Amino acid sequence: MTDSVGAVMVVGGGIAGMQSSLDLADSGYRVYLVDKSPSIGGAMAQLDKTFPTNDCAMCIMAPKLVETGRHRNIDLITNSTIDKIEGKAGNFKVTVSKKSRFIDESKCTGCGICTQKCPVEVVDEYNKGLKVRKAIFVKYPQAVPLIFSIDKDYCIGCGNCERLCKAGAIVYSQEPETKVLEVGSIILSPGFDEFDLVQKRKEYGYGRFPNVVSSLELERMLSATGPFGGLVLRPSDGEVVKKIAFVQCVGSRDRSIGNPYCSSVCCMFAIKEAVIAQEHNPGLEATIFFMDMRAFGKEFDDYYVRAEKEHGIRFVKNNRISSIAEDPITNNLLVTFIDKGNLVSEVFDMVALAVGMTAPKDAKDLSEKLGVQLNPYDFCSTDILFSPLETSKPGIFVGGAFGAPKDIPDSVSEASGAAAKASSVIASERGKLVTVKEYPPEKEVSGEEPRIGVFICHCGINIGGVVDVPGVVEYAKTLPNVAYAENNLYTCSQDTQKKIREKIEENNLNRVIVASCTPRTHQPLFQNTCAEAGLNPYLFEMANIRDQCSWVHMHEPAKATQKAKDLVRMVVAKAGLLEPLTRVPIEVKPSGLVIGGGLSGITAAQELSKQGFEAFIVERENELGGLMKRVHYEMVGEKKDVQKKLKELIKNVNSDKKIHVFTNSTVKDISGYIGNFKTTIDQNGEEKEIEHGIVIVATGGMEHKPKEYLYGENDNVMTQLEFEGKLAKKKMDADTVVMIQCVGCRNDERPYCSRVCCTEAVKNALKVKEMNPATSVYVLFKDIRTYGFSEVFYEEAAKNGVKFIRYDDETKPKVADKKGLEVKIWEPFLGEEITIKPDVLVLSAATIPHPDNADLAQMLKVPLSKHKFFLEAHMKLRPVEFATEGIFLCGLAHSPKFFEECVSQASAAVSRAATILSKKTLEAEGMVSSIDEDICSGCGTCVVICPFNAIEKDENGIARVTEVLCKGCGTCAASCPEKAASIKQFTDEQLIAQVVAAVKEVN
Amino acid sequence: MAETEFEPKIVGFLCNWCSYAGADLAGVSRFQYPPNIRIIRVMCSGRIDPYIVLEAFTQGVDGVFIGGCHPGDCHYLEGNYQAERKIKMTRQLVKKAGLEPERLRMEWVAASEGERFAILMREFPKQIQELGPSPLSGEKPDEKLMANINAAKLAALDFRLRAIVSKERKIVEQGNVYNETKSQEEWDEFMEDAIEAEFERKRLLGLITEKPMSVKELASEIDLPTDRILDHVVFLRKRNQLALDSIEGFTPKYISIVPEVKA
Repeated sequence: MTDSVGAVMVVGGGIAGMQSSLDLADSGYRVYLVDKSPSIGGAMAQLDKTFPTNDCAMCIMAPKLVETGRHRNIDLITNSTIDKIEGKAGNFKVTVSKKSRFIDESKCTGCGICTQKCPVEVVDEYNKGLKVRKAIFVKYPQAVPLIFSIDKDYCIGCGNCERLCKAGAIVYSQEPETKVLEVGSIILSPGFDEFDLVQKRKEYGYGRFPNVVSSLELERMLSATGPFGGLVLRPSDGEVVKKIAFVQCVGSRDRSIGNPYCSSVCCMFAIKEAVIAQEHNPGLEATIFFMDMRAFGKEFDDYYVRAEKEHGIRFVKNNRISSIAEDPITNNLLVTFIDKGNLVSEVFDMVALAVGMTAPKDAKDLSEKLGVQLNPYDFCSTDILFSPLETSKPGIFVGGAFGAPKDIPDSVSEASGAAAKASSVIASERGKLVTVKEYPPEKEVSGEEPRIGVFICHCGINIGGVVDVPGVVEYAKTLPNVAYAENNLYTCSQDTQKKIREKIEENNLNRVIVASCTPRTHQPLFQNTCAEAGLNPYLFEMANIRDQCSWVHMHEPAKATQKAKDLVRMVVAKAGLLEPLTRVPIEVKPSGLVIGGGLSGITAAQELSKQGFEAFIVERENELGGLMKRVHYEMVGEKKDVQKKLKELIKNVNSDKKIHVFTNSTVKDISGYIGNFKTTIDQNGEEKEIEHGIVIVATGGMEHKPKEYLYGENDNVMTQLEFEGKLAKKKMDADTVVMIQCVGCRNDERPYCSRVCCTEAVKNALKVKEMNPATSVYVLFKDIRTYGFSEVFYEEAAKNGVKFIRYDDETKPKVADKKGLEVKIWEPFLGEEITIKPDVLVLSAATIPHPDNADLAQMLKVPLSKHKFFLEAHMKLRPVEFATEGIFLCGLAHSPKFFEECVSQASAAVSRAATILSKKTLEAEGMVSSIDEDICSGCGTCVVICPFNAIEKDENGIARVTEVLCKGCGTCAASCPEKAASIKQFTDEQLIAQVVAAVKEVN
Repeated sequence: MAETEFEPKIVGFLCNWCSYAGADLAGVSRFQYPPNIRIIRVMCSGRIDPYIVLEAFTQGVDGVFIGGCHPGDCHYLEGNYQAERKIKMTRQLVKKAGLEPERLRMEWVAASEGERFAILMREFPKQIQELGPSPLSGEKPDEKLMANINAAKLAALDFRLRAIVSKERKIVEQGNVYNETKSQEEWDEFMEDAIEAEFERKRLLGLITEKPMSVKELASEIDLPTDRILDHVVFLRKRNQLALDSIEGFTPKYISIVPEVKA
């Protein structure tokens, strides 16, 4: 054990890789994030919006990009690939080779002058070839790291960039490098590639017909940063698209081209694109041609229904479009499909093909080099029962789409889960390889007159080429409280940091201003410099005279200079009012409360224990196991004994000294906050009190008891879980079995999809066929939603003679008991109603939230979704945590899902929790709200509006801020009726000083 | 035409995560726009206090631009929804005060909408140019309008409007303490009444800080019916903000007893 290494390598820097890296780096491990591309961000960086919330992808992703880019414990190794690997779990040696950028990464400031003057235009892959970029480039404007690269394949070697680069960052002679890194474990998150439309599906005319586009091309068109500024235009003639067809399952669910699996995301992706396209092109008519609408995720069906009812998107189901024809004169496209049994053709302006996800092109190479197995479709094999994050090689884990096609929230959960797994291998080495920064003691400055130093950046010629920088410096010197001002070629360069520290010392500066680019990316760097000089980092401000001045007023130098002066004057006015802020430390209790002892709860407790933390499981039943006690098989064909595995798990939990199990127990009361919760547990009427640092909600869900189809009236009508119980006991001799899907869900009462029932039905149908191939099995369904690799089993069931009959809300099956069960169903292919007389009728009943959720939600002050599952902080990027810090969720408490997904989420919740529990003390952000208790009248307005539960009323009825929970948005300050609340760093006085200075010269 | 064209002075409050990022992207993409705006960064549009916006108008800015995240995108979950309702109220106050409400504009700008930001920054100054300089700018600001805007500012600082506007979202969308919601129309009416009353009261108090005035004098100064003024006088007396100063003949005169609020 002693030779373990406290570092993890993450391969692939998309949203999954970033999430794994951040979790690990925040919980005490060093991370090497390797990406083959020159910048991280992956596929999500190309998206305009995300379903089902229509969030702007870049808005929600950019903070993570920036955080990953500047994290002290993450080394970004871009432009690099894995060469070979030696060693074993706990101690791997990985050889990484890095392609040349021809740029000195330590010198490039990302200013972009080089790209402006580069004479070589290259097709821009980021914009799916719809735009051009230069031979010296960054992938996208917000790229991290913001370091340019020369694309040697296209560069003509004119030397322009070297002459222009004031930072001296261009190195034409740069050689590729290789380095050997020692890590304890590895996470693979290389993502996916797109199905090859040009080579493998020629009949759709992609590449031949200009107006046939891929879904990702359409996404770039929809993006404000894309080729058409957000409008959807026809590539053939630049006309606004008025009528668009979406053709689904292109390269998915298609054995003929070797991809029999479902890509899982394309249905929702298409709906989203249709809705957004309609928003961008008003009046657009959108039609989606599909086989089954796979809206299986949390609140996806709501989105589907809204798209149809509110946006008027036309959905044409049960259609696989086989080919597309083009009118060569108009470039319009002819789509032929089946409508009510007839073949119909319709003309469209544009066709968007839902391109399937395939394994990454280098999957085979990666698998050979690392020795991990792939599945038949070249995705990473994760075959061990309930271990969706483990590859075939110990110490190597997988997250995101490389395991199976999946959407962003599932990728993010898996990525966090993989981080928990990867770090539990090396838990003993936590904190050994991270760098802890030591700062000199802080100078006491409060009470001193402000002495402001102003550093004004030329940014090469980015600012200096437009704004008269020396003029601004001279002007700054005349402003009140300014003790020192100078200009720098690059204020962000290493030597300038040294200079700033010296000037703080020499001139006894107690406030620092940098006028340069944007605080969003650069403020932390300069704040760090201040701290290194013993100055409180909150005594710093920036004026954005580049992104918001010189770059947007390039042709008006005089006015831009005046604006730069105004902006400097404004921050000088604010800086004079800045106060040093302290971060309040709070102690953390290194233990977690897990509410619920099903598979999710058990997994969470075990993972906490593996990380070295204590866990308390509270389970209301008299034994652990939850809903899983009723499941007996994994998918047929694989002989996996679920109950045996469960027993093993429970035995391990019960013998784990770090896990304390409370059965027959409920949570009676929870008080406290992140790091310091206190909970009263009621065990058989006896009260027990425990203290813990975090809470994981794993309360699970239940199988709905149907009210229809003679359930409860006829003994041969049963739910899918009940049926499975019978199958397990081999108590099944039926000649005919009928299964009805969507019982109690996808209806008005529960308009959501329970996600697992289609696969459950297929699984049990196959089991019946395995037990007796002569048994007739009918599955009556609305859409078959066997997403991902489960699709293969659907295919197998159909091949084995299971009959699938589609119904919709108007043609629901009718069940009667006429001395035996009788099911009548409209058979759409025959065009007539048929009667089946089953021996057994199996109902795929909804998964419903636990009824206790409401009480628990109130106790924890966390929200429920409209369907009464728990509602996470953010549907896309924070799937396993609540907005209130220190409280997490996983499993069926979040939404219906498979056991593997519960394991991923439970591990993810622990990974997120470990970022807290791994610290002895937590520091509240300095920029928090505060309440003047002499003024507060206790009206409670702030308590109501704070989305983070950071304000509570104390025993005197006065509002009090829990600083570790406060995120510093300042909404309370803007709302407090008494003006008792204020927000540090953005006080009324500071904002008003900026306003006044914006308008008036001050002396 | 020899005179230099009017260059509006615009102050912008942009939230750090979306609209400020959108403004940065406009720069990165080199989308050009005229240099009228002076941007003040705040972490969240929810931070923007109506009274600070009104303060900006008293300082003589020609326009105020507020940028927040699109609905659903707020980094702090719902600050932008709070901002939306507060700015709507502020706009009503601006209008009450007699200044063009178009001088206050709020837009959602995403981090990816650099071009949109630039377009807005071309459009908004043009719109302000058409309105002309703010009567509150320059050497001699319009006195009556200044008194009005100050009254609006004080109304925005007052407990009542702050308390109700902050709860609007909850009451209209999520349910009040009875778990009931009010319709937006119903709420708007309630809000409109409150804004009007509070504005008029602050205006009234502003007139009698130094010299006492009668109901009739106040009515002619503020241009409101005498009975309405009397209602306010009664109310403000009860609130202990105004007192009877003297009775001249048959005419009572009133004086403000509110301590001067610092602007």
